[in-house]
Amino acid sequence: MHTETANPSQQQSAQAVDGIKDALPIMMAVIPFAAVFGAVAMEKGLSFAEMLLASATIFAGASQYVMVELLSKEVPAWSIVLSVFAINFRHLLYSASLGRYMKAFSSPQKAGAFFLLTDPQFAASETRAAQQNLRPSYYFGYAATTYIVWITANVAGAMFGSLISEPEAFGMDLILPLYFTGLLISSHKRPSFFSVLAASCCTSWLVYYSLGSPWHITLGGLAGLVVAAIQSNPQSLESSHE
Amino acid sequence: MNEPVMIILCCAFVTYLTRIGGHLILSRFGEIHHRVESALLMVPTAVLSALVAPALITHGPAEAIAIIAAALIALRGSLVATVATGMIVLVLLRQLTP
Repeated sequence: MHTETANPSQQQSAQAVDGIKDALPIMMAVIPFAAVFGAVAMEKGLSFAEMLLASATIFAGASQYVMVELLSKEVPAWSIVLSVFAINFRHLLYSASLGRYMKAFSSPQKAGAFFLLTDPQFAASETRAAQQNLRPSYYFGYAATTYIVWITANVAGAMFGSLISEPEAFGMDLILPLYFTGLLISSHKRPSFFSVLAASCCTSWLVYYSLGSPWHITLGGLAGLVVAAIQSNPQSLESSHE
Repeated sequence: MNEPVMIILCCAFVTYLTRIGGHLILSRFGEIHHRVESALLMVPTAVLSALVAPALITHGPAEAIAIIAAALIALRGSLVATVATGMIVLVLLRQLTP
């Protein structure tokens, strides 16, 4: 811990509260997503304990849906694991980027932090790091909120699955895309913003209709990064760090 | 251990690899080339664009308009205002189009 002007433990709890506050609005999207997973997992023949084990150890919703679907279809085990790896491949880019802002994290904290690295966690932590130092207490405040709500809603979904109405009914299905849109627009002042946006969107659409999901995320992302690398020059990098 | 449990644990393992792998690979290099640094700086923009892009064209006009409206608000407004605007536009448009 660095020496800081205010009481360190007070600062820590203020950071943790910030993390919890930033996570709470997103729980509107996480709750139905998690509850439906609990219900679907039961319906596809997983035991309650297996459902809980999957959610607690994998903690990556989209890939869990695919895993449950494939488990019910008698496909070879290696192809299930490979599918999950493919869907989660984008996290490699997240951790490469976010790791640079984890100077205040100890090694065990890093190991735990990366275990909890979800899409919203990444987006919120990048935004935080652009505004101020990314502190462990902020990161884990956000992560703990997400993890606890995720598991709780899983259990509720598994128990009362038949009572869940379609999340589409209230536009819940669009909360995460809207949230990600808001976070990605926040970097619009960076020099290569619009070319990266265009390259990633176009590649994502092409791949979505050719190779199919989930490759559009990783390949679309990589296309934008290639554009960013091509446009890079040492001077422009200085200005985008401010 | 039965087979589903083995598969679940293997899935958990490869997922953790993707989550820590990028950092482990990158931290092996001391000095980072400016092109790599520029690319990393744009990871949120690039990956989030690729993640959201299909939602613009696969759902329907109401969803596409809601996302574009949210993007315009995001240029000036807060994150909460962005999501709220998108939701309001979406719900209104869904009411109008049966």
